[in-house]
Amino acid sequence: MYDFLTITALNAHYGDFQALYDLNLSIAPSEVVAIIGANGAGKSTLMRSISGLMRNDATAIRWKGRDIGHLRADQVAGLGIALVPEGRQLFPSLSVEENLRIGGQTGRRGPWSLARVYQLFPILHERRRQPSTSLSGGQQQMVAIGRALMANPELIMFDEISLGLAPVVIRQIYDALPGIVGEGMAAMIVEQDITKALSVSTRAYCLQEGRVSLEGGSNDISREDISRAYFGV
Amino acid sequence: MDWINVLIQGILLGGLYALFAAGLSLIFGVMRLVNIAHGDLMVGAAYLGLTTCATLGVTPLVSLLLVVPAMAGIGYALQRVVLNRVMGEDILPPLLVTFGLSVILQNTLLLGYSADPQKLSTKVLDTASVAVGPFNLGWLPVLTFAVAVALIWALQWMFYRTALGRAFRATSDNQDIAQLMGLNRAHVFGLAMALALAVTAVAGIFLGMRTAFDPSVGGTRLIFGFEAVIIGGLGNLWGTLAGGILLGVAQAVGSKIDPGWQVLAGHVVFLAILAVRPKGFFPRIEA
Repeated sequence: MYDFLTITALNAHYGDFQALYDLNLSIAPSEVVAIIGANGAGKSTLMRSISGLMRNDATAIRWKGRDIGHLRADQVAGLGIALVPEGRQLFPSLSVEENLRIGGQTGRRGPWSLARVYQLFPILHERRRQPSTSLSGGQQQMVAIGRALMANPELIMFDEISLGLAPVVIRQIYDALPGIVGEGMAAMIVEQDITKALSVSTRAYCLQEGRVSLEGGSNDISREDISRAYFGV
Repeated sequence: MDWINVLIQGILLGGLYALFAAGLSLIFGVMRLVNIAHGDLMVGAAYLGLTTCATLGVTPLVSLLLVVPAMAGIGYALQRVVLNRVMGEDILPPLLVTFGLSVILQNTLLLGYSADPQKLSTKVLDTASVAVGPFNLGWLPVLTFAVAVALIWALQWMFYRTALGRAFRATSDNQDIAQLMGLNRAHVFGLAMALALAVTAVAGIFLGMRTAFDPSVGGTRLIFGFEAVIIGGLGNLWGTLAGGILLGVAQAVGSKIDPGWQVLAGHVVFLAILAVRPKGFFPRIEA
């Protein structure tokens, strides 16, 4: 297996409710992996587990040869895994630029800086002094992405990247994607639009009720496979 | 002329209340913690100053050099070792813990220092005054007010211009996401409490220089502090200063009418404001 991100027999619980069952998954360096599946299939739980917002067994998640399942989110962030959370979740009391700067809090070195993020999303430079709440949904998503990039992660995870955004904005975001992952950053993308998800990724996992129901190269998976894996019929 | 003098004395008194309140405002703003032991911690700082002055033979103002870092250290330890264990969605458990802490502190002080009233003697500052036009202003109230304004300005600057302040605001907004940004919540909370108790230490020393204190006076100071915070609006430090001043003026006017009305007048004005503007004058936080 790859020695980058390896998830082995991951079980995740919310109280008595089990959200993930013995889930296995891996990502190679600079690979783009799509995670698809119906609502409640466990996609967000998977990302919360990897990022450390949910604590798990230490050995369930390995990152570059190290057990990280038990680490806190701030420790995981310091190791180079960033999450763009569902619904943007910007800090309302911080300006656009402050939101970006706080992403750089981990102090990790790399190609991404404030200037670089502004180059990727010029509109943010124009709006940098404004409160983050005054931006449109698409611009907020740009801030959320920029904020994650500021940490110079080796793996960036997008939870519901286009949820609630206008089609034209979604295209803008996807247009920016190659510029992000082009430099060897690995990415995990959770997306409702399956066609989109498959077109930008190299491999895909389909989750169903907390288990992997389908796994394969994004070009090799057929529509029939997906509907079977999605709905379990 | 008398009334203008009352107004000025009230404003200066408000500086002291703003000092009481700044620490409360800070920790509520950053972590939604209501610290019932705040007044007792302030009195504890005054006693720490008393011991420092007695042992080292220094003046109360010099004792700040030792008391402020000591209280900051105590604050960090208190947060990390005790309070962080009960922090969560429910604000009741930490409130109850600080209530218990208040009882423990009062009784420990009683045991160590007895119930005799104490005062931090400043020799010169106690009585020195300066004539401004027709008014005689005591140096100590003027100094207290100046320190309060300077401290609130410094806290405000820290909050909006530094990486630490950004971390405080981000953690206050959304703890989970702040954690994703590499901020350890437990540490950020510890720093906030350290800073709050550093301010509280200053408040305690100025309290001790101005009036006599004994282990039981923390409670009333806590109420004055709360009133200043609420009048000004939660999470706004300049508002807290304004709240402190309003409370000080209300008390000064009350005591001018009848010396027995000082405290009552403050509470009445507070209740009136609460009735008209339940969120205070300049709220930043939706509580």
